[in-house]
Amino acid sequence: MESKFEVSKLNLHYGQFHALKDVSLSILPHEVTALIGPSGCGKSTFLKTLNRMNDLEEGVVIDGDVLLDGKDVYKEMDAISLRQRVGMVFQQPNPFPKSIYENVAYGPKLQGIRSKVKLDEIVENALRGAAIWDEVKDRLKKSALGLSGGQQQRLCIARALAAGPDVLLMDEPTSALDPISTSKIEELCTELKKDYTIVMVTHNMQQAARISDRTAFFLLGEVIEYSDTDQMFSMPKDKRTEDYITGRFG
Amino acid sequence: MKANEKAKRVDRVMTWIFVAVAGFFILLLIAFALLVIGRGIAGFEPYMLSFTRDGIGNQLFNTVYLVVLALLFSVPLGIATGVYLAEYAKPGKVTHFLSICIETLSSLPSIVVGLFGYLVFIVMVGAQWNLVSGALAVSILNLPLIATTTKDAMESMPKGYRMGSMGLGATHWQTIRRVLLPACMPRILTGIILAAGRVFGEAAALLYTAGMSTDINWSNWDITSPTCPLNPFRPGETLALHIWASRTEAIRPDAAQIANFSSAVLLILVFAFSIGARVLGRRMERKLAGGK
Amino acid sequence: MKEKSLFWKEHFWHGLISCCGLFVIVLTLAIGAFLVYKGSGTFTTYGHSIFEFLFSSDWSPVDSSKGGGSVGAAIFIVGSVSTCGLALLIATPFSLAAAIFMSEISPKLGTRFFRPAVELFVGIPSVIYGWVGLTTLVPAIRDLFDLNVGYSVLAAGIVLAIMIFPTITSVVTDAIKSVPNDYRKAAYGLGATRWQVIYQIVMPAAKPGVFTGIIMGLARAFGEALAVAMVIGRMRAFPTSILSPTTNLTAAIASDMGGSMDGGEYNTALWTMALLLFLISLLFIFIIHRIVGKGGVEKNESK
Repeated sequence: MESKFEVSKLNLHYGQFHALKDVSLSILPHEVTALIGPSGCGKSTFLKTLNRMNDLEEGVVIDGDVLLDGKDVYKEMDAISLRQRVGMVFQQPNPFPKSIYENVAYGPKLQGIRSKVKLDEIVENALRGAAIWDEVKDRLKKSALGLSGGQQQRLCIARALAAGPDVLLMDEPTSALDPISTSKIEELCTELKKDYTIVMVTHNMQQAARISDRTAFFLLGEVIEYSDTDQMFSMPKDKRTEDYITGRFG
Repeated sequence: MKANEKAKRVDRVMTWIFVAVAGFFILLLIAFALLVIGRGIAGFEPYMLSFTRDGIGNQLFNTVYLVVLALLFSVPLGIATGVYLAEYAKPGKVTHFLSICIETLSSLPSIVVGLFGYLVFIVMVGAQWNLVSGALAVSILNLPLIATTTKDAMESMPKGYRMGSMGLGATHWQTIRRVLLPACMPRILTGIILAAGRVFGEAAALLYTAGMSTDINWSNWDITSPTCPLNPFRPGETLALHIWASRTEAIRPDAAQIANFSSAVLLILVFAFSIGARVLGRRMERKLAGGK
Repeated sequence: MKEKSLFWKEHFWHGLISCCGLFVIVLTLAIGAFLVYKGSGTFTTYGHSIFEFLFSSDWSPVDSSKGGGSVGAAIFIVGSVSTCGLALLIATPFSLAAAIFMSEISPKLGTRFFRPAVELFVGIPSVIYGWVGLTTLVPAIRDLFDLNVGYSVLAAGIVLAIMIFPTITSVVTDAIKSVPNDYRKAAYGLGATRWQVIYQIVMPAAKPGVFTGIIMGLARAFGEALAVAMVIGRMRAFPTSILSPTTNLTAAIASDMGGSMDGGEYNTALWTMALLLFLISLLFIFIIHRIVGKGGVEKNESK
């Protein structure tokens, strides 16, 4: 299978700090790839390199190749179009202080879509895709800030979907949510991977085991192990991976 | 993708506009300062510094004297009001009303305060223009700044300070006096210096209180005499008022040069105070933090 | 014995400090009361109508307690409103741009250099602005537009605009800075450009603060007396264009109060102007409270 992202020899310096060391990974399409590891291991930093959110921080120096469908995202693409193709969902639900409809329509509008009919269609599809349509269809004009935390997070997923990406990056998308909302998001991920490629950072090992196809274990900026999820959780090759997933540290 | 191209172009244009506006403004500000100071220096003659009818020495002295008098009134009252709000006031109608009062005072046009001062300190007392009534009027303008600075500083103190002191058996007042106020001093002092800087430039509130004449005899040290420099109940024209006066009531041929020079002196004074407050505040913060 | 004095001291200071707080309330009320007392004389003692004061342009109050003149202050009011309006029109776009530059485009330059510079200029005495306006701006306007005199609404508007620029800029900068970073991240994550993030997300979220800043600038412009008086021309006529001289409330008070007889009709009419200024500043405070209060509600309620 042709990989979606092909990352090779990626090094990232944050000022003096060497945050990612020679990271090489290929991320396959229509799969959920989980990135796990203790806090500060570089998994979130790595995630952000995939859609160049690191550009917004100062003092970040990147070296190496990140290819999306064979094109180097740092050399052959611009950040704006890249981010429209590679959507992102954040740790804290962060809807804009606008109506539910306006939140979802924001991405398509950025891309110049003005037709009301077209926008309505995109918004509905995105909200359906994020399994929140039934809950909000009667209050599309109401402020998004009135939704519960779990609904807000699904709205943020819908907002990302509406921009028409083919990859979704999720940075601990359930860490701020209650168990019921969490399971809804997890179900959603399994559903979404039919159409999208998902890369998810998670703190929760069970979550990684439940929903991901492939898992990468990060430690101190390095990828220690990257393999099939089932295999990694049943018989890890590296001692450090085993220690981490059995809860001996981290 | 066409929309992206357009968006990026707009983004570039807007960025340039912001940079241009910011640059324009900094240039304007620098040009303004240079113009004022430059013109002051260009027209400078040594006699302008003299403490006579021709120079601005007397006005400069009046300005400083007025600042001192005004702070004498506004500092104790301002700090006390701030302490009251931060420490003693119970949440409720009176406290809420007091904050509204402070806000009202801080947004009063200074000419209105000047009129109030004129009515109460001059007309009702039956006095002539004098420095004390000018100082009182200016204190009203200063009061809100000092009170809010004190209140904010006290409220930002860590809870531990209060607990620590009270836990040792100190009374509330002892805690305020010996622990909280000293710890707040850097910020309060910064506020006071900023307030003083404002008094330097105040003119509208002094128009009908401190008056627009000055007649000082530097060999007269009888404090009850109207020409004694230190008599606070004599009329005292400040630098700012002098600039205003030289525009409207200019009868002297060198009025413009004098006003230029006065503006330069005033601007330098105000800048010095403002920068001084900043430097001092930062240094004292650092000292307190370093002592931890 | 020692304990007793301790408690006595505690009560003494508590009492004294509370008195100071109370005094500030009394002082504010006293200012309001005196203004109402002196200012209402126009309507009670001299029997003019509020309508005449606000809308008539016939201004010839008698400088004695006999009364019988006319007190139409419309020219002064129009003068104040037009100069302040013009100042706002000039200053607001610049202030917003500067605030955006400081908080979004170059926060580093902003905090280290721009912000202190702006704060420095908040403190410049208004007479200096007035003096520079009088000696530089007024002749420049005269020569540029080939007028007889350069005193004009335009000159006053520009001087006021420069004076209120720092006020608006610093309030708006704070408002923009308090917009949660999450909003920006989300918008960038969807592929928005910086300008789109600023224009579509950050500024709408900072709206209450932006309006507060504008109102505060307006309040400052309204109350400014001497700087305006120096460049407006003090001609008692409605301005026919932004290049014509006129006069305003504060200039009238500043120049005429001293010569008028205390308690006379002229003097009382000037007090009424002061009362009007006081009421306007109260109105501005009220509006700011409304905006800030509503901004809080808007977050939870629908738009």
